[in-house]
Amino acid sequence: MSEITPDLVRHLAGLARIDLTEAELVRFTEQLSVIVDSVAKISNIVDESTPATSHPIPLSNVFREDEVLPSLTQEQALSGAPDSAQGRFRVAAILDEE
Amino acid sequence: MSELIKKTAAELVELMATGEASSVEITKAHLDQIEKVDGAIHSFLVVNSESALATAKEVDQRRQAGEKLPKLAGLPIAVKDNLTTTDAPTTAGSKILEGWIPPYDATVVTKLRQELMPILGKTNLDEFAMGSSTEFSAYGPSKNPWDLARTPGGSGGGSSSVISSFQAPLAIGSDTGGSIRFPAAVTGTVGIKPTYGAISRYGLIALASSLDQIGPVARNVLDAALLQDVIAGHDPNDSTSLPDSLGSMVEAARSGSLKGKKFGLIKQLSGEGFQQGVRNRFAEALKLITEAGGEIVEVDCPSFEYAIDAYYLILPAEASSNLAKFDSVRFGMRQTPEGNPTIERVMAATREAGFGPEVKRRIILGTYALSAGSFDKFYGAAQKVRTLIQRDFANAFSKADVLISPTAPTTAFKFGEKVADPLAMYLNDIATIPANLAGLPGISVPIGLADEDNLPVGIQMLSPSYQDSLLYSVGAALEGILEGIWGKRMIDFAPKLEVN
Amino acid sequence: MAKANLMEYEKAIELFEVVIGLEVHVELNTKTKMFCGCKNDFGDEPNTNVCPVCLGLPGSLPAVNRKAVESSISIGLALGCQIAPTGRFARKNYFYPDLAKNFQTSQYDEPIAFGGALDVEVPSGKVFTVQIERAHMEEDAGKLTHIGGATGRIHGAEYSLVDYNRAGVPLVEIVTKPVFGAGAEAPELAAAYVRSIREIVKALGVSDARMERGNVRCDANVSLRPKGQEKLGTRTETKNVNSLRSIERAVRYEIQRQAQILADGGSITQETRHWHEDKGATSAGRPKSDADDYRYFPEPDLVPVKPSEELIEKLRAALPENPAEKRKRLAAEWGFAEMEFRDVVNAGLLDYIEEAVAAGAKPQAARKWYTGEIARIANSEDKDVSEINITPAQVAELANLVEQGRINDRIARTVLAEVLAGKGSPEEIVKSQGLEVVSDDGALIAAIDEALAKQPDVLEKIREGKVQAAGAVIGAVMQAMKGQADAARVRELVLERASKN
Repeated sequence: MSEITPDLVRHLAGLARIDLTEAELVRFTEQLSVIVDSVAKISNIVDESTPATSHPIPLSNVFREDEVLPSLTQEQALSGAPDSAQGRFRVAAILDEE
Repeated sequence: MSELIKKTAAELVELMATGEASSVEITKAHLDQIEKVDGAIHSFLVVNSESALATAKEVDQRRQAGEKLPKLAGLPIAVKDNLTTTDAPTTAGSKILEGWIPPYDATVVTKLRQELMPILGKTNLDEFAMGSSTEFSAYGPSKNPWDLARTPGGSGGGSSSVISSFQAPLAIGSDTGGSIRFPAAVTGTVGIKPTYGAISRYGLIALASSLDQIGPVARNVLDAALLQDVIAGHDPNDSTSLPDSLGSMVEAARSGSLKGKKFGLIKQLSGEGFQQGVRNRFAEALKLITEAGGEIVEVDCPSFEYAIDAYYLILPAEASSNLAKFDSVRFGMRQTPEGNPTIERVMAATREAGFGPEVKRRIILGTYALSAGSFDKFYGAAQKVRTLIQRDFANAFSKADVLISPTAPTTAFKFGEKVADPLAMYLNDIATIPANLAGLPGISVPIGLADEDNLPVGIQMLSPSYQDSLLYSVGAALEGILEGIWGKRMIDFAPKLEVN
Repeated sequence: MAKANLMEYEKAIELFEVVIGLEVHVELNTKTKMFCGCKNDFGDEPNTNVCPVCLGLPGSLPAVNRKAVESSISIGLALGCQIAPTGRFARKNYFYPDLAKNFQTSQYDEPIAFGGALDVEVPSGKVFTVQIERAHMEEDAGKLTHIGGATGRIHGAEYSLVDYNRAGVPLVEIVTKPVFGAGAEAPELAAAYVRSIREIVKALGVSDARMERGNVRCDANVSLRPKGQEKLGTRTETKNVNSLRSIERAVRYEIQRQAQILADGGSITQETRHWHEDKGATSAGRPKSDADDYRYFPEPDLVPVKPSEELIEKLRAALPENPAEKRKRLAAEWGFAEMEFRDVVNAGLLDYIEEAVAAGAKPQAARKWYTGEIARIANSEDKDVSEINITPAQVAELANLVEQGRINDRIARTVLAEVLAGKGSPEEIVKSQGLEVVSDDGALIAAIDEALAKQPDVLEKIREGKVQAAGAVIGAVMQAMKGQADAARVRELVLERASKN
């Protein structure tokens, strides 16, 4: 009955940069439909006036002083890189200008 | 040798202090056990025997030389594989991080090293800690030592099985919705999710940042307390870590008492719909509490009915953002499709190949919960439910000191039983989730075996935020009473491990 | 790139009302990055000022730079903004290889500062009040280098290299409300606004404010609507404008381009455009699509920022004088004519003259030297005044030497050249090279006598009324004194002699 359609799932997968297979698209559409239908009932118990909680513990004003701390070496930084060149991470050509 | 692995962590610390056992002996004993049983149990993703023994040796030498050492020096420990370690691959149970060696240690790992504890290895988990059975680990599930055809719970099934099969005296886990407590309940062990912020999350591969917390896993409450005292504390690297210490958990565990305390039975989690054997053991536990001088009161938390729904919106939303960094650029897997793909295509192909189905599902769900047009209805609403849950807790704690419920609706389930039905899987966490949403601490302590299947049942106790010591106190007290009745520890009821 | 049709500017302004909006990113000059302790520095070896946090490694967590927060508050106060009593950071989620976490930690509906205004003066003298919507804190992305394409840009590149040294550097994004009524002066206003922001953050000391280094970046939004229409037109956002001059040119270009399209009956595509300095034109970038769903939510790894009243007042008290107010004050103190003052400001010489005056120069004298000889030298060498090798204090010294009559203008120019050549301070040069004007009348009279001996009829001519005859003698005396005489005094003495008998 859902708002969850294969097109929507495809769009969301695009936003999330996951190249879903057709089979996954179908299966996830079904499963997510069920989940979303279930969780959607929370809108029944909240309204405009209910404040949201984004942090479980009421801390505020936690800061770090502006003093230099040790960095990684270039080698350490690149140690996990699938590909690197000239001290930098190498990636395939980019399609979109930002 | 094999008796060493049956000792508690506290006993092992004592043996080392008196010189009756060396760290090398203790570490070797556990490595032997690992060798013996882990082929069948699969708690570990990687075992670090060399470096563990090296640490053990160093400890023994320094102790010989008369040096004053940290309290738990020489005591081996296992670490959940979503904590970064510079000397072992850290995979978070995912293919996308296969073989990744982090260039930095998690803060808790640094503390273990400073405490000179040999790190035996990294334990298995559901991929990125999403799951309650380890069936979603990309490296295969862990088995429950009580019954190898059943799961040891999840996501920290590696930690719970490592403890319940005596492969380590202590383990570190993480709990986002019950990933420490649920496995503890189904393996007859003890697990604590501390107050949010009590233990630094720096180096914990994030699942849901506002829910994740690291915690100790052990076979008894005092052992867990020993570990929490070592790994807790403020960390400037974690802006959400509590500024002040919560005090000594060991002291609390040693001075446990139930007398005069009010125990709030949460109406919504009192066992309706739960497995009968779970309900029976829970009812008996309530009686014991009363006999020991505790008072049971009923508390009503109506918003808890929506806890799972709110959770399964908040978690996927935060996870979808936290997992965006896995994009083939700086670390981890890179999958390059045919032709001359752009980086966008490489990213999408990598994430498709590297993430398992549960992870993909939650990322998509989370993306939806945050997306324009859906935010208010889903993520926004879920954060409001969170407020209601906190209010219900505050109200409940005005009537009781500690809140109680069965930790889990069932005992350990069989492999394959729930894996095809996400919603069914999510319901495992029905009792544990509210504490994560509110940030307050919870403990699971074994209370017996279910009649139907002779499998462990746990009681969950919750206290207000910052009062973790109260949980150690009442947890140890209840455990003491039960062990007195049984004449042995819960884990001693476990059938002998049939391994080939 | 297809050449666009451009309507003539005056016509465009006649037909359409221009609305502009400016987003300026200011890079703070804190020692460390916004969320980690890595060095905030320019030009180091790639990926050497990085750590798990700014590299976005699994398990890393951000920690907020206190100084960056204070600098942001100062900027907000200097722009007349209110400071939010409580604010949070938010995640802006999108995928891009220069974004280590594939989200940017920024601020969304709770910016640290909001609701300010800035008076901006354009070259014509008119003052516009630009309303500031908000200023918020965020972090910069890494740097991408595209390899293999013809132009070093994205299109046609084989692969790209990423350096995260810049990732995590603190930025303050300042957003104006739409600016109405700038009319034909919209391009100048845009540039003047950015110049004002530069001046402010430089005066605050929170940014090096060098546009060529990317310390201050501007995105210009332009839309047109037919005169009299209430509804706003579709806007474009032009990026990559790296200098004040580019801002002015880009806004002007967009006005012309959009006007032509609208006049031809077309419609404006809402899109990001890129400014090309070499071509003097904008080109279409990515169209704005629903892929721009950033899915903002409050950053769970950071706790709210609640600046205390005390902190805000402390920072407010430490604000330097507003540049516009300072200019008013200096103009009054120095007594320059309006045009003179504006020339000084437009030529970027205000700070230099201010410093020279502080070092003891008379304002007009400082102005004369800077807008005169020094500017001439700078232009001829194709340099900026900042690259000319004389300090304001030295200019003051030079001007005062002339003021005191110890040297004259001509000698002063020689001294200036020597200072630029690195031969020392003006005082040192005058002393060491014996350039001081002779002030002893006796020596002058002796030289006059000598000159008169060679030109005996000069005195007669002067007595007859032909005063200009003195010139020959003055010239001879100046030559004999190697120019080190006060020509006016020589003239006086010659005329005195003539009047005696």
